[in-house]
Amino acid sequence: MCTICGCGESEVKGHGHHHGKGEAGVSVPGMSQTRIIEIEQDILGKNDAYAQTNRLHFAERRTFVLNLVSSPGSGKTSLLVRTVEALKAMMPIAVIEGDQQTENDAERIRQTGVTAIQVNTGKGCHLDAHMVGQAAEHLNLHGGVLFIENVGNLVCPAGFDLGEAHKVVILSVTEGEDKPIKYPNMFAAADLMIISKSDLLPHLRFDVGKCRDYARKVNPQIKIMVLSSESGDGTEAWYDWIKTGLRGIS
Amino acid sequence: MHEMSLTLSMIQIVEQEAAKQAFSRVKVMRLEIGELSHVEPECMAFCFEAVAKGTAAEGSELEIIRTPGEAWCLTCDMTIALAARYDPCPQCGGHKLQISGGEELRIKDMEVE
Repeated sequence: MCTICGCGESEVKGHGHHHGKGEAGVSVPGMSQTRIIEIEQDILGKNDAYAQTNRLHFAERRTFVLNLVSSPGSGKTSLLVRTVEALKAMMPIAVIEGDQQTENDAERIRQTGVTAIQVNTGKGCHLDAHMVGQAAEHLNLHGGVLFIENVGNLVCPAGFDLGEAHKVVILSVTEGEDKPIKYPNMFAAADLMIISKSDLLPHLRFDVGKCRDYARKVNPQIKIMVLSSESGDGTEAWYDWIKTGLRGIS
Repeated sequence: MHEMSLTLSMIQIVEQEAAKQAFSRVKVMRLEIGELSHVEPECMAFCFEAVAKGTAAEGSELEIIRTPGEAWCLTCDMTIALAARYDPCPQCGGHKLQISGGEELRIKDMEVE
C-alpha cells in the first residue's frame, strides 16, 4: 500500500505521481530514505563505564585491586594461595575467581580462610567489569587487597578493564619465553610480569633474559619479577610490591 | 573469542541508537579497528553477522576501516609508524615507544533507513 495516500499500488493505474524510485516506493522531496548517523562510540564504552564505577567503589573502600592474567596452568592459583597465606595476618584479603566452569579454584582459596567468590563465565573467555562489580558487592572488604584471578587466557582479558589498579601477567617457565611478543596486547596492558615456577629453571631451556627483552619490547615500562610459589624464592619482592601498593592508597 | 561479546555490545549500541534516532534498519555499519588493537577483523565480521540476526542490523554490510599503528618514540622525539607492538622504531631501532594510534575499536557511523 502506498504510504502517502493509502492507494493500493496494484489496483490504481496511472497513479505514479508520488511513487518514487527509492526502495520504499515513495519519494518525499528533501528527504533521503537512507541517512548516515554519526556514532563515534567505543565498543568497549559500556565495559569501561562499569570499570569506572568499580574503580570508585574500590577507591572509597581503600581497596588495592590486582587483575591476574595468564595462560591456563601458569600457576596463578598456587601463587595466590601462597600469597594469601603470607599476607593474611597483615591485611584484609579477598579473591574473585574467574573460570568457565567449577568452583575448584575458589575452594582452594577458601581453605586459606579468606573469602573467595567464584564467577563462572560459562562460555565466556574473560571477566568483564559488570561481572566483577556484581561480585564485589558481595564482598565486605575495606582497606585490603582484592585479587581478581581472570580466566586463563592471554588474548581476551587484555581489552577488558575491570577497575583494577594493575594488571599482573604471569608467565611460567614451562611456557615459551617469546609469549610477550606472541600475545603483545596482554603484555602491553600489564604493569607487572611475574615469571613463575622458577624452581624448574635448571631443568628447562627457558631464557629469562630473552623473556625480559621480549616483554620490554612490547612494554618498556613493565616491571618484572622471577619467583617460585613452590620454593618461595623471589616471593618477598612480590609481597613488598603489594604492601607498597596498598600503602599508596591508604 | 571475545569478539562475540564485542559484537554483542555493537548490537546494543545499534538498538539504543534505533530507539533514539528512529530507524528500522542498518544498511552499512562502519567500524574502526586499529592495527594494534586486540581483535581480529575477520572474526569481528563473522561474529557480527551471527549476532545481528533478528535485529535492526541483520543483513547489514560491515565496513571495517583499519587505522594504522603509531607510536611516539621517546628517543627520537617524534611520531613513527608501527605495524606491530614488538617492532622497533624504524629510525633508531629502539623500543622506547608509547603507542599513540592504532588501538581503536569503535563504531564510526551507520547508514540507516
